[in-house]
Amino acid sequence: MAKHETPLLDQLETGPWPSFVTDIKREAESRAKNEKNVEYQIPQDCCDDLLGVLELSYKHGRTHWKHGGIVGVFGYGGGVIGRYCDQPEMFPGVAHFHTMRVSQPAGKFYTTKYLEEICDLWERRGSGLTNMHGSTGDIIFLGTTTPQLEETFWELGHNLDQDLGGSGSNLRTPSDCVGQARCEWSCYDTQAICHDLTVEYQDELHRPAFPYKFKFKFDGCPNCCVASIARSDLSFVGTWRDDIKIDQEAVKAYVGGEFPSNGGAHAGRDWGPFDIQKEVIDLCPTGCMRYEDGKLEINTPECTRCMHCINVMPRALRPGNDKGCSILAGAKAPILDGAQMGSLIVPFIKVEEPYDEIKETVIEPIWDWWMEEGKNRERLGELMKRQGFQKLLEVTGFKPDPRMVQEPRTNPYIFWKEDEVEGGFDRDINEFRKHHQR
Amino acid sequence: MAFVSSGYNPDKPMANRITDIGPRKFDEFYPPVIKKNKGKWLYHEILEPGVLVHVSETGDEVYTVRAGGCRLMSVSHIREICEIANKHCDGHLRFTTRNNIEFMVDSKEKVEPLKQDLLSRKQAGGCYKFPVGGTGAGITNIIHTQGWIHCHTPATDASGTVKATLDVLFDDFTNMRLPAQLRVSMACCLNMCGAVHCSDIAILGYHRKPPMLDHEYMDKMCEIPLAIAACPTAAIKPAKVTLPDGKEVKSVSVNEPRCMFCGNCYTMCPAMPLADDVGDGIVLMAGGKVSNRISAPKFSKVVVAFIPNEMPRWPTMTDTIQRIVEAYAKDANKYERLGEWAERIGWERFFEKTEIEFTHHLIDDFRDPAYFTWRQTSQFKF
Repeated sequence: MAKHETPLLDQLETGPWPSFVTDIKREAESRAKNEKNVEYQIPQDCCDDLLGVLELSYKHGRTHWKHGGIVGVFGYGGGVIGRYCDQPEMFPGVAHFHTMRVSQPAGKFYTTKYLEEICDLWERRGSGLTNMHGSTGDIIFLGTTTPQLEETFWELGHNLDQDLGGSGSNLRTPSDCVGQARCEWSCYDTQAICHDLTVEYQDELHRPAFPYKFKFKFDGCPNCCVASIARSDLSFVGTWRDDIKIDQEAVKAYVGGEFPSNGGAHAGRDWGPFDIQKEVIDLCPTGCMRYEDGKLEINTPECTRCMHCINVMPRALRPGNDKGCSILAGAKAPILDGAQMGSLIVPFIKVEEPYDEIKETVIEPIWDWWMEEGKNRERLGELMKRQGFQKLLEVTGFKPDPRMVQEPRTNPYIFWKEDEVEGGFDRDINEFRKHHQR
Repeated sequence: MAFVSSGYNPDKPMANRITDIGPRKFDEFYPPVIKKNKGKWLYHEILEPGVLVHVSETGDEVYTVRAGGCRLMSVSHIREICEIANKHCDGHLRFTTRNNIEFMVDSKEKVEPLKQDLLSRKQAGGCYKFPVGGTGAGITNIIHTQGWIHCHTPATDASGTVKATLDVLFDDFTNMRLPAQLRVSMACCLNMCGAVHCSDIAILGYHRKPPMLDHEYMDKMCEIPLAIAACPTAAIKPAKVTLPDGKEVKSVSVNEPRCMFCGNCYTMCPAMPLADDVGDGIVLMAGGKVSNRISAPKFSKVVVAFIPNEMPRWPTMTDTIQRIVEAYAKDANKYERLGEWAERIGWERFFEKTEIEFTHHLIDDFRDPAYFTWRQTSQFKF
């Protein structure tokens, strides 16, 4: 017998898609039975109470959670988000129900051994409910009490060799796409750099020293599967500088219908026979391709590496050999001053261990500027807007390049600096008046 | 419920403390076929919805079966995932950025038993535990935020709106009939911790009423200057307020026409709650993307200014989403993303074909970028 009636939530237990309600009920039941004699360290019926408070929100159309308060683990200023229920008498099992963020391994590959250890820990010291994963990429432990924060952190570190992730005005846990581990298009090892920078910048990740949050995300190619270009303060997008590799025999096989277009992605509908002219050549955004006499040609200098032709014919075309990444800065979701897409600051850089060039010429000068000039809760992109792209060039020392803009400015209101103008700004008015009457 | 110590001593927090070790290193979790072939993959193919093969230059192959999942996951469910991975995948698996679970095997014979095992597992109400799909020109899992399950500023629920939407769009999770992939994302308030602003379709929770002011408690519960500083539109000012009992207290006033309902003040100051049963609801946005394929990444545009919260299944919202998906499926060219389709046919046609009413709320009036979205040509369609 359920602790709380949940007639509204019960309606989310049908339909084909997995039901989170059924899953929470399953955990509630497992805790009630406790067949493994787990020594639960937070209320055994917390999952029942979570369903109860959620049902109340479905009834009221309003949340019943209060914000944070300062909770955390000693010495860290992030990784824990305090959470309290605003109806603690009705739902004592979730009266204190804090979130912990656990830094996920790059690429989100797991062994079942590790996941089972995580489950055992969180079943005993928390609600047994998680997010796999949160939006930024962390493993989220959903709901525990204040005394269990240090205990959980201790066991994570001592038994699982595992640390917390970022929250607040910190570096947030970096994340990456599947990369070279299982993708032929990845132009650099996204996991390697993601892990390296996460470990290198642990202090920035755990101790708030920034004006606001800061995110790194690593996309292996311009398809941008982790959406770095839309949501990370520094977005690393894999790219290449030389010719797309062409297997002409495989091109012919696509034309002849032996291989499915786009790796079989369109198999659910009859789109007619593959037409290389219509589906590849004519859709190329730069018009740099042609197919004549059974041969595909790409005028490489005109190619902008949008990936379309490679996506359509993965067995025939591959990114070149001279690979690295482009770095874009300042992407963010709308709050506060509107959404911003990343802006190109480094057209091309090699991505090679130990990544000193990326750290020393891109990341650290940008952080120094932002920490000096950024206002409270101002993201990098907003600082770039406020102080100008020129300032970003100045602090990084990168040379201006037409690749950095969509088009040159349409107003001539250039803020010339004194040292850019011959003779400076200091002039003699009396000398001027000798030739110009008042 | 006896307290069991981990070994942590609250009197000596620094004794034997382990910090700043970061996450576990990725390569200890790679399946052997991934470890051996990393960086050597030649090409991939989607063999059927939810099943991929990647072929390496060594001749090795890895077959991936992709299953959808709720991002909210119990340890019982994770243990079941582990049981499946132990049975079929030598104890390895991975998760995708969009909360799918990927089970990988190293030969084709292992695919069908794995797939059948996944599809045979159902919840008590008949829902799949592990629906297979989410590949190619279809819909994959909807990424989302916490919602009413665990957040203080949501204007709607996240898990519930996503469940309702994926039930309606389920056929397109298991099929690949669309012109291109269609990414749906959900964020339960405009702070968008889920960053849905570049999605083909974005479901966004939105408040429409300014914060209520709990004057008596304002100065007791809050750092008033922080609440004032938190407002992105400078709508909050300090104010002295006389309570009904005649006592004068320090509080704030809100310039209501300037409020954009972001809830940042409430994050700083619990005496300024803004949630409301009729004020809160859903905004739908459409036409965004993050890929650089063919056209540049795009922001999603607001196409429906408000839909009320209709618990537990949000039927007006799911009907509208379904109309957008069907109009796109019927009308767009192969490879064309939803936003590219809308731009090609013109947004005036988009509203016609999706039967969505265009209201003044959809015309941008927020700061500089607004002007660039107005029509500045005589070219338009009747």
